[in-house]
Amino acid sequence: MIATLALAVVQIAIVAFGAPLLVGTLRTLKARLVGRQGPSPWQPYADVRKLLAKEVVVSTTTSWVFRATPYALVATLLTAALIVPVMTVRPPLAFAGNIILLVYLFMLGTFFLALAGLDAGSAFGGMGSSREVAVAALAEPTVVVAVFALALRAESIDLGRIVERFAGEPWLAANPAHLLAFAALFIVMLAETGRLPVDNPATHLELTMIHEAMVLEYSGRYLALVEWASAMKLFVFMTLLANLFVPWGLAEATGPIPVLSGALALAAKLAVLTAAVALLETAVAKLRLFRVPELLAGSFALAFLSLMAIFVVR
Amino acid sequence: MLRQLRTAVRTGIVTEACAPVGEVQRIGERLASEIVRLFGRSLAIRQVDAGSCNGCELEISGLTGPHYDLERFGLHFVASPRHADCLLVTGPVTRNMAEALRRTWEATPDPKLVVAVGDCGLDGGLFRGSYAVVGGVADVVPVDAVIPGCPPPPAALLAGLLEALGRLPR
Amino acid sequence: MTRLGYGVVALMGAAAVGLGGYGVTGGGAALRLPSLLPLGGLELTLDPLGGLFLALIGSAAIPASIYAFGDAAGARRGRFAYAVFVTSMCVVPVAANTMTFLIAWELMSLASYFLVLHDRQSKGSVNAAWIYAVMTHAGLACLLAGMLLLGADVGSPRFADWRAAAPTLTPTTRDAAFLLLALGFAGKAGVVPLHVWLPLAHPAAPSHVSALMSGVMIKLGVYGLLRVSLDWLGIGPSWWGAALLIAGAASSLIGVLYALVEHDLKRLLAFHSIENIGIILLGIGSAALYRVAGLDALAALGLIAALYHTVNHAMFKALLFLGAGAVVHATGTRNMEAMGGLIKRMPWTAVCFLVGSAAIAALPPLNGFVSEWLTFLALFQNMRLEAVGQNLVFTLGIASLALTGGLAMACFVKAFGITFLALPRSDAAARAHEASRPVRVAMLTLVTACVVLGVGPTLVVPTLGSVASAVLGTAPEAISGDWLTVRVSGQFASVSTAAIAVVLAGSFCAPLVALRLVGASRRTRAYETWGCGRIVQTPRMEYTATAFASPFKRVFDFFYRPTKRLDIEFHPESRFFVERIEYENPTRSIFEDWLYRPALRLLHGGARAAGALQSGSANQYLAYILAALLLMLVLA
Repeated sequence: MIATLALAVVQIAIVAFGAPLLVGTLRTLKARLVGRQGPSPWQPYADVRKLLAKEVVVSTTTSWVFRATPYALVATLLTAALIVPVMTVRPPLAFAGNIILLVYLFMLGTFFLALAGLDAGSAFGGMGSSREVAVAALAEPTVVVAVFALALRAESIDLGRIVERFAGEPWLAANPAHLLAFAALFIVMLAETGRLPVDNPATHLELTMIHEAMVLEYSGRYLALVEWASAMKLFVFMTLLANLFVPWGLAEATGPIPVLSGALALAAKLAVLTAAVALLETAVAKLRLFRVPELLAGSFALAFLSLMAIFVVR
Repeated sequence: MLRQLRTAVRTGIVTEACAPVGEVQRIGERLASEIVRLFGRSLAIRQVDAGSCNGCELEISGLTGPHYDLERFGLHFVASPRHADCLLVTGPVTRNMAEALRRTWEATPDPKLVVAVGDCGLDGGLFRGSYAVVGGVADVVPVDAVIPGCPPPPAALLAGLLEALGRLPR
Repeated sequence: MTRLGYGVVALMGAAAVGLGGYGVTGGGAALRLPSLLPLGGLELTLDPLGGLFLALIGSAAIPASIYAFGDAAGARRGRFAYAVFVTSMCVVPVAANTMTFLIAWELMSLASYFLVLHDRQSKGSVNAAWIYAVMTHAGLACLLAGMLLLGADVGSPRFADWRAAAPTLTPTTRDAAFLLLALGFAGKAGVVPLHVWLPLAHPAAPSHVSALMSGVMIKLGVYGLLRVSLDWLGIGPSWWGAALLIAGAASSLIGVLYALVEHDLKRLLAFHSIENIGIILLGIGSAALYRVAGLDALAALGLIAALYHTVNHAMFKALLFLGAGAVVHATGTRNMEAMGGLIKRMPWTAVCFLVGSAAIAALPPLNGFVSEWLTFLALFQNMRLEAVGQNLVFTLGIASLALTGGLAMACFVKAFGITFLALPRSDAAARAHEASRPVRVAMLTLVTACVVLGVGPTLVVPTLGSVASAVLGTAPEAISGDWLTVRVSGQFASVSTAAIAVVLAGSFCAPLVALRLVGASRRTRAYETWGCGRIVQTPRMEYTATAFASPFKRVFDFFYRPTKRLDIEFHPESRFFVERIEYENPTRSIFEDWLYRPALRLLHGGARAAGALQSGSANQYLAYILAALLLMLVLA
């Protein structure tokens, strides 16, 4: 009981405090790839500290939904952090959740953020909300079908159990069905966390914004929470991808040494994924908004192929 | 993608060191105080075009390129004044843009800085005295620093911003 | 007097809940009055499934009647029809023979017809009621044919006798009976393509009636489908389950797609009812298919998922309709494009509608999430089935359920956001007033129900499990668990919405505390919305519902086939100045264009041709009589 509680605290600390470093590293890598020196990987921490000291300017048009949304976002992500296997095979809330719950927790966050975008009464916010929910809705079938393909193999949708089953089969990394499911979920990750080619996180043109447009009205501590939640979403998604598809290195027991080695393994996997995302973002241009459904349909096709491959092999 | 990677590796980092170039006019006491310490490691800049000829904008856009790279100092441009700590105002403030500039300033959360760019931002520059122009930026919103020039080159802009924050490496 | 009438109905609802609860826990009861009706008399039997639906009707009738307390103007007429409506709905689940069932069914349809015709002055209402009457009677014809066929074959009009004689039916009779009965019940439930009456009739009725129609009346169609596919006809062939699954997948997708582009608040809710019936059918279809394959534990899981979603949908749909009724009453319009900013004028209604929206969008930890999760699990385990065709059908169901869930969330962001948030888009919205106390009480009751059903599935699932066992005739253990967690199929999956709710609440407060401890600035300043420095910021600059739905219209344009109409009025003095621009982007319904209009044209053509028989000439009529006489002599 104490061990689970301690593990929960450590897991939340790693997700909460590691997320800004992940985003910072991604930005630095992207800068280096285009010949710039770029910001330091620790820059997001400085940004958050500065934001916490600023005042909040709230629009007179908004309601309590606008003020509650940053906290709701952080709540969904901290809960998600406890359901995903981060350093150990069995996360602290393994009994309470599984992949389907995770997907719907993310949708809960998107729901509130979209409402906050509409709350300010500006055209930018409404446009961002409309596009964000469209992308989220179209990414749903891919995630569920890919999860179904994984569940077929592992005979469970419980994240801990899937990781256990996959860790026992070393040749899985080369299995085409596995790789197809990984590709499908990778594209969904790019869509849900607002990275290129779906959405440009560094754009200043409102007509090209999806996620940024919804947060244009936030300032001060609210903005700090929203940015931090967005970083945590990227962290949790990448951790999910890394630990589901490359499950080796996760700690079986909950002692301090195994957990530390699990954390180091996670760091290595995340470094590889971050480098891949940085490369992709530098090489690919943002897709026109109405081409994004085609991309998501392509990812659905990949997930479906993965499913068919598993069915055929059985 | 491979070609991109190869070019990146071969070219390497081209960012130049930042040297003190040109002068910056400091106005007021705020720059020497707490506020500057707050923005020491992170400054969000919102650029406002208050009727400029876009000459200064072209120079400012050079700041985000690989040679001048303002991001390495923790400065970055943002889209919304709600996210901003510093308003970088260009142009003589024309009558049509005066109210918009004031509203942008009101929309920015405290504590905030205002840096006026170019001779136009100082006192109207080339357009001083015109019927369409209010005057320098200081006539509409309180200004903390001015970087003169017509237009000031990116090196001067960067040095000016850093000096205003007291962070210029000497 | 109005209050007395509705109070009586509320008490009746409470009695129904009590009686239904008694039935669910296994207490049976029977009532038989042979001479009251022809063909078998009045016969009522209480069994677990009937008890569940009876309790459901009662628990939806109570808040609807309380709502009517507070809606004096709308509720004065139609008290009698409302009482008949609720009473006949209560009789349907406990009816035990053909006549009792069909008479109660028809009374229910007639009473609701009069309630839909509430606003006799409006042409739309009259049209809606007419279409509703036609479709419900077409369904009745199918039911009558099916029940008489089955009764003739078995030799008795009693349902219990059908159950006993099910193994001895010939496949043709069984399939024909299934087809007729399923068509009739599917029409009542609003399954695509028999759904066209639903979006017309539900908005036309007053809100407490819409709540009942959407919440429980269409569930009686589901009740019938459950009886037909799992009870009266025994274990049928696998195409039944596959047909139900495909119909469910189609209904859920089509319902939500039409809801996305709808700007009439109550029509949007009606389309969502179609979507949720589709989700229930996914559960029933999977239960039927598993049963054919002998996997009784999984069949029970599918049935439990379907029953849970039935209960949940009744609760949150009634809540949403009552909320919509309060909004329509306060603003005088059903059009979302004229609303906005209501969260500041109607705070309680807004919170209740928000909970209802989150519940219907299946967001954890509310009840919609639990039943959708169970449906997903029922569909996921199709790997135990050997037939690849069935696996494909299940995969189709999974993909459509996932897409439906995402689109439903998008639609309710639109519905809640445009209606309640930002600035009012019309004077009526700016002058809106909060709902009266009875309305608020009714809505809060349903909010409590939604939260309890969501956070406490461990209390509900065992009850539903016993109902499922009673229906399927076996007692398998599909769902287990303790007071905190629901465990499905052993180690396949587990969830604990109570734990999630606690963690969510804690994580919501954690940043508040953390920010206080870290010493973050607490200063707040109010200013206008950022509009790029624009001088004039009016409600015209807000996002509209049409704009919100436009990405979906583009992505699914093969389905919506939208047409564009642009009218520009130029200034009389110069073509470079525009006085007015009117833009319309309506969608066309493929069902009306490709199914109903051709069918009606055929019917009219046939009727016109047959009209040639009625020539008015006495000689021709005498010739008819002679021909009929000769035919009878030959055949006798």
